[in-house]
Amino acid sequence: MDFILRYFERIGLFVLYIINELGSLIIYLWNCILSIFRYSVNLNNLFDQMSFIGMGSFYIVGLTGLFTGMVLSLQSYYAARIVGVTYMIGPTIALSMTRELGPVLTALMITARCGSSMASEIGTMKISEQVDALEVMAVDPFYFLSVPRIIASMIMLPIMSIVTSLIGIFGGYVVYKFFLGLNGTVFVDMIYKYIKLSDIYNGLIKAVFFGIILATISTFKGFEASGGSKGVGRVTTQAVVLSSIYILFADYILTSILF
Amino acid sequence: MIILENVNKSFKNVKVLNNLNISFEDKKITVVIGRSGEGKSVMLKHIVGLLRPDSGRVLFNDIDLNAINKKELNELRKKFGMVFQDGALFDSINIFENVAFPLRQHLKLSEGDIIKKVMSGLNDVGLSGIESKMPAELSGGMRKRVAVARAMILEPETVLFDEPTTGLDPIMSDVINNLIISTQKHFKYTGIIISHDIEGAYKTADTIAMLYEGAIIEKGDAEKFKTSDNPVVRQFVTGSMNGPIVI
Ligand SMILES: Nc1ncnc2c1ncn2[C@@H]1O[C@H](COP(=O)(O)OP(=O)(O)OP(=O)(O)O)[C@@H](O)[C@H]1O
Ligand SMILES: [Mg+2]
Repeated sequence: MDFILRYFERIGLFVLYIINELGSLIIYLWNCILSIFRYSVNLNNLFDQMSFIGMGSFYIVGLTGLFTGMVLSLQSYYAARIVGVTYMIGPTIALSMTRELGPVLTALMITARCGSSMASEIGTMKISEQVDALEVMAVDPFYFLSVPRIIASMIMLPIMSIVTSLIGIFGGYVVYKFFLGLNGTVFVDMIYKYIKLSDIYNGLIKAVFFGIILATISTFKGFEASGGSKGVGRVTTQAVVLSSIYILFADYILTSILF
Repeated sequence: MIILENVNKSFKNVKVLNNLNISFEDKKITVVIGRSGEGKSVMLKHIVGLLRPDSGRVLFNDIDLNAINKKELNELRKKFGMVFQDGALFDSINIFENVAFPLRQHLKLSEGDIIKKVMSGLNDVGLSGIESKMPAELSGGMRKRVAVARAMILEPETVLFDEPTTGLDPIMSDVINNLIISTQKHFKYTGIIISHDIEGAYKTADTIAMLYEGAIIEKGDAEKFKTSDNPVVRQFVTGSMNGPIVI
């Protein structure tokens, strides 16, 4: 009995921790936004970050999309075959990719790949006094380190989300036509018939939010690093875990608002 | 004039600065000596507002550093250069960009002028030809010298050096000490140097101050330190194991 109670207590503490962080995160994001107005944006840094998040993540994000689309094709085939609606496989894949899986999977993969490195880079700079050095040189670390990452992430997430969705649909198409031996034209025609523009741009709106969330949390956590390499490791883990949770949570909220 | 007034600072329960009072004269070099772990770096970080005192004031030309907003603080900081104890070079950019960094951030110079300034700055610290190396490829002493070059590149009004010669060979130490003296003559900055190098302190300092148990126990010129009858100071400057300071 006791250990069950302790278990719930843990869950409670974890929820409190998540909510607690929200307050500091909002203040932090606000400070970052203020520093945009104060100093404008360093374009060199921005382009560096955009290429890191975009080009750099192309393969991992593409692979994720490809396999997801292929699996979706197979899975929905088993269900659709029973009721004889295999022509709906195309729209099923396209809708799940654009509305849901594209943005969410992209955000989670980019959190793992780029969020972790944002946290550890800034964390290392923090513990080796490079952040202090920036401050003494009268360069706002938020402006210099956070803002380019947050904006780059906000811009690149929707783009990468489109990439994921397109490759996913392509993967689904390949399985549909070549493995399941069904009519490829139907696949494409039905997508055109059932997919609305709003499905696409609502997915993109989600991606924008996910981009802001993951970069805000990851850079914020970086600045919290203290006490050596272990400290950097700790904030990196926290950055990935917290970003993922917030992305999933935001996904639910946004879905209920947008669709 | 930089003045620390009744500054107290503790970390957790350890009192580091204990009612510290010290002033640094304009356009003069003050060397602060003291034992390792005594709070010298902590004191320096108070002067640039990286740390805030638990109580007391840090005044820069009568402006209380902790009473102004971030923007005003940044304006003040443009007048400072600082050499961190571990260099604090940006490890993701090369040596050239490290030294050029303050120039690029605060001045609108042509690329040619930047190159000229950076090259001459690196030359002054005896480091020509390493511009394209990364900080991780340098020795500790070389990094320290790059940090010195970076701190001085904007010719700031005030330069803070946290142990600029620690980790350098005796010849290089002398080069850096001379650089500090000659640049000080040249652009007349206020210099605050933390050092364990007593001979170097005698050579560079207009004023020497000793920090002990969180406060200043002696302040004066080199002569005063050489002839001090404070047993703690005597033990420190002669580097003796025996004396009132217990290990
Ligand atoms: N950020 C911090 N958090 C906790 N304690 C700190 C912090 N910074 C310094 N201290 C403590 O303050 C004391 C003074 O540290 P400081 O770095 O100022 O010493 P120092 O005089 O510069 O020594 P050294 O000559 O070895 O550089 C030490 O006991 C140190 O443990
Ligand atoms: Mg120190």
